[in-house]
Amino acid sequence: MTNPALATLLREESGPLDLLPYAAMLGLSFERVAGELHLVMPFAETLIGSPGRLHGGAISGLLELAGLLTVIAAQPEGEALPRIRPVTVTVDFMREGAPQETRAAASITKLGRRVVNVHASAWQGDRARPITAAHINFVLDWPDQPPAP
Amino acid sequence: MTSFAEQVAQFMGPFVGRVPHNKQLGLRFVEAGDRWVELQLPFSPQFLVDPDHGVWASGPIITLMDTCVGMASMLSRGAFEPHATLDLRTDYVRSPKPQATVTARGECYRMTRQIAFVRGLAHDGDPADPIAHVAGTFMFAASKLAGGWQ
Repeated sequence: MTNPALATLLREESGPLDLLPYAAMLGLSFERVAGELHLVMPFAETLIGSPGRLHGGAISGLLELAGLLTVIAAQPEGEALPRIRPVTVTVDFMREGAPQETRAAASITKLGRRVVNVHASAWQGDRARPITAAHINFVLDWPDQPPAP
Repeated sequence: MTSFAEQVAQFMGPFVGRVPHNKQLGLRFVEAGDRWVELQLPFSPQFLVDPDHGVWASGPIITLMDTCVGMASMLSRGAFEPHATLDLRTDYVRSPKPQATVTARGECYRMTRQIAFVRGLAHDGDPADPIAHVAGTFMFAASKLAGGWQ
C-alpha cells in the first residue's frame, strides 16, 4: 500500500476509514484506545447473513482489516509503504454475531520485513467474550523489490 | 440429482442472493449438484482494500466461500438443519485478474453426526488455475442424534 494518506490518518485518535473502498462499504471507523487500534463496525441491515445474525464473511472482513491496519501502523514512519496482502487467513467462529456494534483489534505475533504474522479478534460489548478470531499471515512486497509470484 | 438437491437449487438458489449481506455484494447462485454448489461474485470496485495495487479485501471472498461451502454442507445433509461455521481457512494462491468475476465451487467431502467437513476453490475463469482454496467445518445442532463424539 503506497497511500501515505492512510498512514497519516492512522496517527489520529479516531476517524472514518472511507479511504479503503471495502471498509467504506462496511461503514468502518477506527479509534485509538489506550494506544491500541480498534476498528468499529456499526450494525447495519446489509451485514446480516442468517436471520438476526451478522454474516461471518463480513466479520472476517473486519478482522482482516484490523490486521492490515495494525500492520500499516507498525511500519516505520516516513518510509514508502509496501504492498501488503494476506496469503493465509484462518477464522474461528466462537459465538454468533448479534445485530449490534462489533469491534476488532489485532496484535502482531511477529513483525518481519517480508512476512507479518497477526492475530485478530472481534467482540461485541465484552472483549473477554470474542465472537470471532482470525490468524492471518501477510506478505509485504516492498517497492524496491520485484513482486513475489 | 437427488430431489433434495433439486429442491435446494430451485428454492435456495434464488434465496442466496437475497441474504442481505450477499445482496450487498451482488453474490449470485449458479448451479448445484448433490454435494457441491457454484456461486459467483461479479467484480465491484468496493471489494478493493488497496486500489493503488488492485488488492482485494478478504471479506468479499470469504463471504462468497463461506456461503458456498455452507450451502454445500446443507445439500450434503439432505435437510434444512441449522448449522454454523466452526472455522474456515482461506489460502490465496494468486491475485485475481483485474475486475474479474470470481466463481466459487464448494463441496462437502465428509458428513458426520455434528460436523460437515467442506472444501472449495475460487477462480476467475479457469477452475484449473484457482485464486484461492478454502477448507473448513460447519457444526450442526446434534440434539436429535446420540452416541459418539462426533
